[in-house]
Amino acid sequence: MSATLPETLAGIVPAAPNLLFPFVLQLADTSLILAHRLSEWCGHGPVLEQDLALANIALDLLGEARSYYQYAAELEGQGRTEDDLAYLRSAVEYRNPLLVEQPNGDFAHTVVRQFLFDNFHYHLLQALKESADAQLAAIAEKSLKEAAYHLKWSSEWVIRLGDGTAESRQRLDKAIAALWRFAGELTTPTTTETCLQRLGLVPDYAALLPAMEAHVAHVLGEATVPVPEAVFAQQGGKMGRHSEHLGYLLAELQYMQRSYPGLTW
Amino acid sequence: MAPTEERIWQLLEEVSDPEVPVLSILDLGIVRAVRVADDAVDVTITPTYSGCPAMNVIATEIRLRLLAEGLTNLTIHNQLSPAWTTDWMSRAGREKLEAYGIAPPVDGTATGHLLNLFGEDTAVRCPVCKSEHTHLVSQFGSTACKAHYQCDDCLEPFDYFKCHS
Ligand SMILES: [Zn+2]
Repeated sequence: MSATLPETLAGIVPAAPNLLFPFVLQLADTSLILAHRLSEWCGHGPVLEQDLALANIALDLLGEARSYYQYAAELEGQGRTEDDLAYLRSAVEYRNPLLVEQPNGDFAHTVVRQFLFDNFHYHLLQALKESADAQLAAIAEKSLKEAAYHLKWSSEWVIRLGDGTAESRQRLDKAIAALWRFAGELTTPTTTETCLQRLGLVPDYAALLPAMEAHVAHVLGEATVPVPEAVFAQQGGKMGRHSEHLGYLLAELQYMQRSYPGLTW
Repeated sequence: MAPTEERIWQLLEEVSDPEVPVLSILDLGIVRAVRVADDAVDVTITPTYSGCPAMNVIATEIRLRLLAEGLTNLTIHNQLSPAWTTDWMSRAGREKLEAYGIAPPVDGTATGHLLNLFGEDTAVRCPVCKSEHTHLVSQFGSTACKAHYQCDDCLEPFDYFKCHS
């Protein structure tokens, strides 16, 4: 690991602590937005056990998001708190990839979105826990145990739906067709991520791909679903270019702080 | 007069988990360190699960218990690494859990291997009739730390405190 910036990037980007801020924020936004989406299922799950599963996964992700937001606030050092970062930024300031803001759709859509995210998340955390940044490594170590349960849950559901009834299969196929295009953004590094990767602070995404692809092949194989052909990756969220869905989501998520600024429990 | 560390540990034994009140926070293994320097007390705790809402309550309860002893110079640290594991749950804690109707964690059964999809459920003993004939209903239970099981003999549904390591 090198402590200096690569020549090509020198002058374009600031030093590492500030560079880490947008990345940690991106991780925080990603977990928060997905947690919010999953929490929309609360009380609407197909059966009680799965309603609880979705709420549990949402809670894990929310806890992970808090750890990242607290760390981001510390890195920024401008006096903003975790709440300021979550509640008082607009959609264009959010850095989550497009996948996690996609609407829940039916249960199959939620499962496929979760599967694509969990497969990346689990493998990312596994590598991130070796990060040269001690705090990122600690958060990753903590969250990895939870992410393993999530990936098992979503993988098993992909298999159940794919190898289930004609109806469940048809819904799974539709969800895959709608969501697969959002997977590529997860492992396509932004300029910030590229810098951090070269500094050894963020894992090389290309190195995660073989294990991710192997898991997809295994699960889709069990589900009797062909692995989709490579599709054009729909991107932009990590740079603040979001789909129309995020604005509505934030309007709900941020409603209390926007209506009653400074409100505390 | 400065308290001893031993005294602080005794006081912490009296703080219980708000969601499983038969367990003290020491049974749970979430208190990682206690330090006393002059009259300053420093307690380090670690969360069980990232989003566990009990953690804020536990920090408040620790503060209140120590305040009641006149210990006002108190700092509570939250430590993420090493991450909490059910291996840290005390033997007494496991017995109290089972007596309370929650099956204690079966060590060494954490979700380690991803490709073990639809693998065999962990054999968990029913806390009511002690039968080993039970089945997993859902990996996700009433709180983050529990899975939902049912006994095939006495038919009682019960919580299982999942192994997390
Ligand atoms: Zn029984």
